[in-house]
Amino acid sequence: MALMNILNTINHTLDQEMERDDTIVVYGEDVGHEGGVFRATVGLQKKYGKERCFDSPLAEAGIVGTAIGMAINGLKPIVEIQFSGFILPAVNQIIGHAARMRNRSRGKYHLPMVIRAPYGGGIRALEHHSESIEAMFAHIPGLKVVIPSTPYDTKGLLLAAIRDPDPVLFLEPKRIYRAFKQEVPEEDYTIPIGKAKIVKEGKDVTVVSYGALMPQVNEAVKELEKEGISVEVIDLRTISPIDKDTIINSVKKTGRFVAVHEAVKSFSVSAELISIVNEGAFLYLEAPPTRITGFDITVPLPRGEHHHMIDSARIVAKVKEVVKF
Amino acid sequence: MLIDKFSPLEGKMLSIMDPEGNIIEKDLMPQLEDEKLLELYKMMLLTKVVDTKALQYQRQGRMLTYAPNRGQEAAQLGSIAATEERDWLVPAFRELGAWLYKGVSLEQIYLYWYGNEEGSKFPENINMLPVAVPIASQINHAAGLAMASRYKKEDAVTMAYVGDGGTSHGEFHEGMNFAAVFDAPLVVIIQNNQYAISVPRHVQTRTKTLAEKAVAYGIPGIQVDGNDIFAVYVAAKEAVERARRGEGPTLIEAVTYRLGPHTTSDDPTIYREDEEVEEWAKKDPILRFKKFLINKELWSVEQDEKEIEAYEELVNNTFKKVENSKEVPLEDIFAYQYETMTPNLVQQLEDYRQYLEGREK
Ligand SMILES: Cc1ncc(C[n+]2csc(CCOP(=O)(O)OP(=O)(O)O)c2C)c(N)n1
Ligand SMILES: [Mg+2]
Repeated sequence: MALMNILNTINHTLDQEMERDDTIVVYGEDVGHEGGVFRATVGLQKKYGKERCFDSPLAEAGIVGTAIGMAINGLKPIVEIQFSGFILPAVNQIIGHAARMRNRSRGKYHLPMVIRAPYGGGIRALEHHSESIEAMFAHIPGLKVVIPSTPYDTKGLLLAAIRDPDPVLFLEPKRIYRAFKQEVPEEDYTIPIGKAKIVKEGKDVTVVSYGALMPQVNEAVKELEKEGISVEVIDLRTISPIDKDTIINSVKKTGRFVAVHEAVKSFSVSAELISIVNEGAFLYLEAPPTRITGFDITVPLPRGEHHHMIDSARIVAKVKEVVKF
Repeated sequence: MLIDKFSPLEGKMLSIMDPEGNIIEKDLMPQLEDEKLLELYKMMLLTKVVDTKALQYQRQGRMLTYAPNRGQEAAQLGSIAATEERDWLVPAFRELGAWLYKGVSLEQIYLYWYGNEEGSKFPENINMLPVAVPIASQINHAAGLAMASRYKKEDAVTMAYVGDGGTSHGEFHEGMNFAAVFDAPLVVIIQNNQYAISVPRHVQTRTKTLAEKAVAYGIPGIQVDGNDIFAVYVAAKEAVERARRGEGPTLIEAVTYRLGPHTTSDDPTIYREDEEVEEWAKKDPILRFKKFLINKELWSVEQDEKEIEAYEELVNNTFKKVENSKEVPLEDIFAYQYETMTPNLVQQLEDYRQYLEGREK
């Protein structure tokens, strides 16, 4: 066991798995010599050499496209996109190819590859450095989308993603990369992709969120419990494939549902969640299932960004509204 | 053509003034009025002060992430000085000197780096696109702007900038090829500052120069000493004239060096030696221009100090204004998504306002 933040955990996990499996290669912009702009891959080039951990030319379609070729030809590439905002040039490769290769080759080719990318706002960054575009990828059949929120989960989910036979987009909550530390076991463990976690049981209302917003949710819950509202908190952990059962069972128990995310509201993960609740637990509902999300806007630059970010006070207000309904 | 005489494939690089400020290619020296020389020099000084101060403010916790320009002033000003007011400037994000030359106010530039979208709303008479953070994406816009000028039979030229790292990107290739295929009046300046964050130039490409990539597009390409304002100017001038005559695009690689960090979040000691930085500091573009002007008795050390002092005051005052600027109004983060707000946006703004009012009670 060692105390680690999310970033340390990513580094530790990549290191352990590269040691165990020499088909793994790790690359991306600034990933090799520098160890990434966030230092997630620091030390890996030194330890495993330039063949296995290297700087790529500045080209996202190239990064993901070559990873597809490598994955077909026996390697397990783990590539980094420096910020999720810069994944867009690679969308043709991700959606147009990675997501479809297994299906179109009727299983002959499959892609054991991971695309890592820090996502989300709240760090007062430059343009294109604050997006939450998980729904865009979750919408695409053939892709898996994973978002951890704690160091412990990061290790288990990342190992599962690397060993998964299909392409996984691993979105990292950069706002809380270094926010807190947790005991992370030295030994090997995986957390199944597609399984949400009940962070805390409760009986009055189900609150579902994921990634960088989990600390805000947990803070809000403390506040709500002081006022006698019992909240069941679910950390989605995997966006796609989504864990319907955990959500439905929880809402059957609580009768109320609030989804929380930073991404824009329309056509989002919360829209999917609310559909799941309506389809699977409608007769148990005591209030309309609802959500608190980012607005339908381009993430504002720092002088306006605070309006767009969701703090615990807004979550508290929304949950109270639902409980009072 | 000058550009034909300096073929990058033969390992030639255009340079006119050496690091000591001596003119080594007298025949190639551009005919610039003394007044113009001084204007350009002062603009380089201003760029340096604005840049150095921004870095200082950031270190004091008064500024957000900032991308420094120190060392690249000649590459920026030598090129943009070859354009006219009606021409288009398409920046990447490290072209402070070019923005200032184009007439963007310092207040606005600082406002942008201070995290306010108003910093990208340039006055009507300034033909310039906002910063392009997605690397190389701007080269396609630039090609399109130039194609539109050609279509409209206007003689405006587009001058676009990209970094050495940016030349690896698919968008760079696509934009260059479009411009070439359609004889678009475009000049692309590669500011080869030797690094893309931590990644050195030689990791980006197997070619010896970036200029020689022009060969594959079927257009002229030239490598110039990017710290020599005259070399940059002469090449850019020829390229602009050629574009204006309808003869198509040119690629210019300005060989320069980023003396500072990539951005204020970067630690360059991880990927480069101090000695390398010191070597390049000796080739400082401002220093050599100053020596040239002093030799010509157009400028003096005293004038230099005075000018810097005046700029520092101007910059400090401007930044104070920016620091005292208001937060972005709530309406503004909704109002510009479309010409008219959609019903969803209207409702989201209204709900949020009500929430804020409720919270105040
Ligand atoms: C498409 C895209 N990918 C990655 C980034 C992150 N990034 C910002 S600057 C930079 C390096 C750019 O290098 P270069 O083109 O040489 O320009 P310089 O910063 O040296 O001026 C990178 C990788 C980005 N902004 N856009
Ligand atoms: Mg560069």
